[in-house]
Amino acid sequence: MLDSNKDSLKLEAMKRIVAVKKLVYVYLVRYAEEQQDLALLSISTFQRGLKDPNQLIRASALRVLSSIRVTIIVPIMMLAIKEAASDMSPYVRKTAAHAIPKLHSLDPEQKDQLIEVIEKLLADKTTLVAGSVVMAFEEVCPDRIDLIHKNYRKLCNLLIDVEEWGQVVIINMLTRYARTQFLNPNINESLLEESSEKAFYASDDEEDEDKKAEAAALAKRKPYVVMAVAQLYFHLAPKAEVGIIAKALVRLMRSHSEVQYVVLQNVATMSIKRRGMFEPYLKSFYIRSTDPTQIKILKTYIKSMDKDFVAASIQAIGRCATNIGEVRDTCLNGLVQLLSNRDELVVAESVVVIKKLLQMQPEQHSDIIKHMAKLIDNIQVPMARASILWLIGEYCEHVPKIAPDVLRKMAKTFTNEEDITKLLTQYVLNLAKYDQNYDIRDRARFIRQLIVPTDKSGALNKYAKKLFLALKPAPELPDWPESAPDPSVRNVEVKDSVCARRTVLTGPEGAGVIRLLERVTTLTSIPEWSKCTSRKDQSDSGSGSESASGSDESASGSESEESGEETESEEDEEDEEEEKKKRKKLDKPKAKKPVEESAESEQSSGAEDRKRIRKAVKNQKSASESESESESSESEDESEEESEEESESDTDVRKKKYCFSRQPFSPDPNMVAVQIQFTNNTTSETKNLHIEDPRLQSGMRIREFAEIDMLAAGESITVVMGIDFCDSTQAANFQLTHTRKFFVSIQPPVGELMTPAFLTENDFKKEQGKLMGMNEISEKLTLGAKCVNEHVIVERVTATANLSRVPCGSDKECSTPPPPPSAPVYRFAGKTVSSGCLVLVTVATKEGGGAQLTVNCEKMVIGTMLVKDILQALSQ
Amino acid sequence: MIHSLFLINNAGDLFLEKHWKSVISRSVCDYFFEAREKAVEPDNVPPVIRTPHHYLINIYREKIFFVSVIQTEVPPLFVIEFLHRVAETFQDYFGECSETTIKDNVVIVYELLEEMLDNGFPLATESNILKELIRPPTILRTMVNTITGSSNVGETLPTGQLSTIPWRRAGVKYTNNEAYFDVVEEIDAILDKSGTTVFAEIQGVIDACVKLSGMPDLTLSFMNPRLLDDVSFHPCVRYKRWESERVISFIPPDGNFQLMSYHISAQNLVAIPVYVKQNISFFETGSSGRLDITVGPKQTMGKTVECLVVTVHMPKVVLSANLNATQGTYNYDPVTKILVWDIGKLNSQKLPNLKGSLSLQSGAPKPEENPSLNIDLKIQQLAISGLKVNRLDMYGEKYKPFKGVKYVTKAGKFQVRT
Repeated sequence: MLDSNKDSLKLEAMKRIVAVKKLVYVYLVRYAEEQQDLALLSISTFQRGLKDPNQLIRASALRVLSSIRVTIIVPIMMLAIKEAASDMSPYVRKTAAHAIPKLHSLDPEQKDQLIEVIEKLLADKTTLVAGSVVMAFEEVCPDRIDLIHKNYRKLCNLLIDVEEWGQVVIINMLTRYARTQFLNPNINESLLEESSEKAFYASDDEEDEDKKAEAAALAKRKPYVVMAVAQLYFHLAPKAEVGIIAKALVRLMRSHSEVQYVVLQNVATMSIKRRGMFEPYLKSFYIRSTDPTQIKILKTYIKSMDKDFVAASIQAIGRCATNIGEVRDTCLNGLVQLLSNRDELVVAESVVVIKKLLQMQPEQHSDIIKHMAKLIDNIQVPMARASILWLIGEYCEHVPKIAPDVLRKMAKTFTNEEDITKLLTQYVLNLAKYDQNYDIRDRARFIRQLIVPTDKSGALNKYAKKLFLALKPAPELPDWPESAPDPSVRNVEVKDSVCARRTVLTGPEGAGVIRLLERVTTLTSIPEWSKCTSRKDQSDSGSGSESASGSDESASGSESEESGEETESEEDEEDEEEEKKKRKKLDKPKAKKPVEESAESEQSSGAEDRKRIRKAVKNQKSASESESESESSESEDESEEESEEESESDTDVRKKKYCFSRQPFSPDPNMVAVQIQFTNNTTSETKNLHIEDPRLQSGMRIREFAEIDMLAAGESITVVMGIDFCDSTQAANFQLTHTRKFFVSIQPPVGELMTPAFLTENDFKKEQGKLMGMNEISEKLTLGAKCVNEHVIVERVTATANLSRVPCGSDKECSTPPPPPSAPVYRFAGKTVSSGCLVLVTVATKEGGGAQLTVNCEKMVIGTMLVKDILQALSQ
Repeated sequence: MIHSLFLINNAGDLFLEKHWKSVISRSVCDYFFEAREKAVEPDNVPPVIRTPHHYLINIYREKIFFVSVIQTEVPPLFVIEFLHRVAETFQDYFGECSETTIKDNVVIVYELLEEMLDNGFPLATESNILKELIRPPTILRTMVNTITGSSNVGETLPTGQLSTIPWRRAGVKYTNNEAYFDVVEEIDAILDKSGTTVFAEIQGVIDACVKLSGMPDLTLSFMNPRLLDDVSFHPCVRYKRWESERVISFIPPDGNFQLMSYHISAQNLVAIPVYVKQNISFFETGSSGRLDITVGPKQTMGKTVECLVVTVHMPKVVLSANLNATQGTYNYDPVTKILVWDIGKLNSQKLPNLKGSLSLQSGAPKPEENPSLNIDLKIQQLAISGLKVNRLDMYGEKYKPFKGVKYVTKAGKFQVRT
């Protein structure tokens, strides 16, 4: 039949041959590598097939030929591919595209030639070819994005009609392309729309988006296409448009379990980056994805039999509550109800979750804590016990009456507890030390010294023991003599601690030790507590003003002495007898009225001492500040950005300087205070100096200073004005007018657009966790020669940006056992003035003068600029 | 993309392997076996397993693991979906997708796999094209083949692959030209103890069976297209027309296919066709319990509820059930602890009731919670969302087709909490 003249007959014959040989091909392709000679025999047949008038036969011949993995035929394949790439039939061209990666994997040296073929095929206008050639492109030369430029629009247009598998490949490629070639539309939004360049891209983007929208909707049929589109949207689309994919993704949830798995994984990732994207669809995630919001539903599930699932769902509740503020209360209520559940595991798990939740808003929920405190007697699961303890420790100021009770109980049973509880008890104590309440802190410190045997503080321990033993027979005796060795132990630690204000601290340090000893006496009697709490309020109000003013003395002061202590807290196995003895002490509430009173007075004096010192420090600071402000010309004070403008075009040289005073601008907290000093260098006096005609970017506001009536010759005057820069570094332009007008343009350095925010290290980390991904900008740098010690680094950073240092030291507490800090990490926190966005700066130093600078800020522009500025400051 | 495929049965035997590029040793599956062991239940095997050099992406269907080996970064859904397509194709070809059928038809399986992927990239996956290339086995053909010695590889060339509408083969001819559409809606709902709806939504599909000659161009329009919230179409549907005119315009594939699926969101009020009154209680003493379930019609739009089945997953301690059903039959399987009450047609005059006692394992603590009820039902001639097809027009061909639309409502994941 093959020899027949009629085409149709020939075709028929060929078909049959191809058909019959199908299995031979399968075999051939599979074993060609092993039996090269035999494989070669067949090649001439395929070569003949390549010339066949029927396109399908040409295509299948090429397909089989290219599938044979024998290096000798590379040139033949190359020729065949080239020929096929310019074939009349799109189907053959498609096969050629398929053959390209095969040849490439067989012989990578052919790459250049193959790229030429790809380039040619990319220009192809048929949908049949598009998917395959993009696939080849991705496999052979994904980095040659220049090949795409010409074809980008065409591919976008073709996308809808390409078959599904090809769509995925093309969409993925376009995503990558757009990511590398276009500006981020989200950034663009925040940037003011000025540049014509941007406009160009915007139009391009829009077009792109249109295509995507179509593709997205059309492609919805197949999960993988949807996912690809979703990823594209996720990576490219402006925030407003992301909603479309959420809906589509939620729909995928009804598909096969594997699909669900992958989709959920993706949803999770996406929702981390784009919060709220899936909020409208939460209901759909209810049970089946164990990602529920509503307690009602889950509660019934909690009743189900599978314990693991129960635990997981409780955790899920927790997670939901963390993420979605509005339902938090519902969740909490539900969880508290669960506390009375019969099943211990459920209770335990709930406790752990409640703990996490309460961390977020402890103030309102002291009753829950109380409830939990009662529960501790019944709960056996160590993790839960630990959590309750932690909670109590952390928030004992809210439940002043219960905390000591529980602590006492815990102390009693300490040895019986499992390890984790032990560790956490220790942790509770540590936390208690950071409490606002001196008494709790002291008490905790004391208990800790007693029950947590440590290596370094062995000496102290012994003393404590002695102290206690001594106390028992003679409680009347004040323990003054014993206090002597304590400071020596501590002083060593203070040296370790990195606080610069060490000298200042020795005062409260001593007082602390003294108070500790005083505590010894008061500790065992409970009535004392009510008094203590009242005192707490006093001291709170005392320190409140300080922290409000942005200085962190109070925190660093109290911490430096404690951070030292941490280093000594290494676990050690001590004989339990000793401990028991100590505990016995604790257990016995003894009435020691006389001592108590004296201790009381001493203690309050101690507290007062400390207060006094603090005040002094504060005064000093404010004094130095006011000093530097009044003479704003002095350049030594790095915390002030300064700029000078001389209007030389003006004949009368009137000098003005402005600086950012870094004071909160009282009339409007959203404004940056700008201090302006005018100096009249002329001989005549200047009258009616005022601001006129401010030309501001949209959203910017200005609060003018009061008109200066008169400025005598040679005199200078300082005024403060407020400018709301809207968190941008655009200059504020206005005119200063007296007899003449001159233009003033104030452009703020990015560091001045923020005010210090006081955060604890834990808060800092928590906030940082929320500002990951695009909101995080990280740079490596080499510290400048001068940036050798902590002081300089802190100074440099705070000079660059108006941030406050986050007190360090507590990070050792967070992770038990404490890892030794090899290189210090400095953290700074602030808020932007206008919108109050958090700005978190981390400088992690490394050995050898390197450092890693990380800025987390929702406003990416600010973050980027800040990184640049700080980088410069630190590497000088 | 997809490098190799291994088929592994539930017992862990690797019974088929196919490589599209160079051969990868079977030993790569050890990672899979490891994960399989860890997962205990076959359903719990992670779909994506990372090994030092490859990714193993697997699906579990019909007691067979389809394990694919991937060497480069690929969208996992791409592979997962392809594997499902393979499984579906087998099902399509052999009636069922099981180890036995695959082994029986190993030649066809290899042929299919060879056609479906070229160098790891999907080539021909549409069932229409595949069936042109490789004929599905029928008893008659197998007999003929054994006698004549011919293979079941298609006699024709896959012309469909050439066209821009790969889903339709050319030269289709029917004597009776007909087009049927089934609007099938499923209600996913969760009702709480008191009968209030916690969550309800409707998932719908339109299945089509189109047997029309030539190249017909169909247009389907709805009375109330606004109801449809989230739609997804068969690739044959012209999306632009849907966007602008809310009509479905398409050149249909030949035979059965799913034209579209849609979703009616929870925002719309969903009619719940039945209500359930239940009382399940376990007693502290005497290791027994009571069960009393009554089902009644709620919002059925005047239609009868059929095929009503109530399924209860009992707690483990329930040994047996001694119940009395006023209608239908019940069956309690003490091994799986599943109580199935098959009611059948719901009679609104005399509500079906299932009542009786449950006996529990003596000594064991009484179950903490009551099991929830799963309801299954079917309502003919009703789309519960109220969706209605307006008309179907055909262009491009001259004959007059026979058209028909059918509506069915079913219960999807319909649960009543107790």
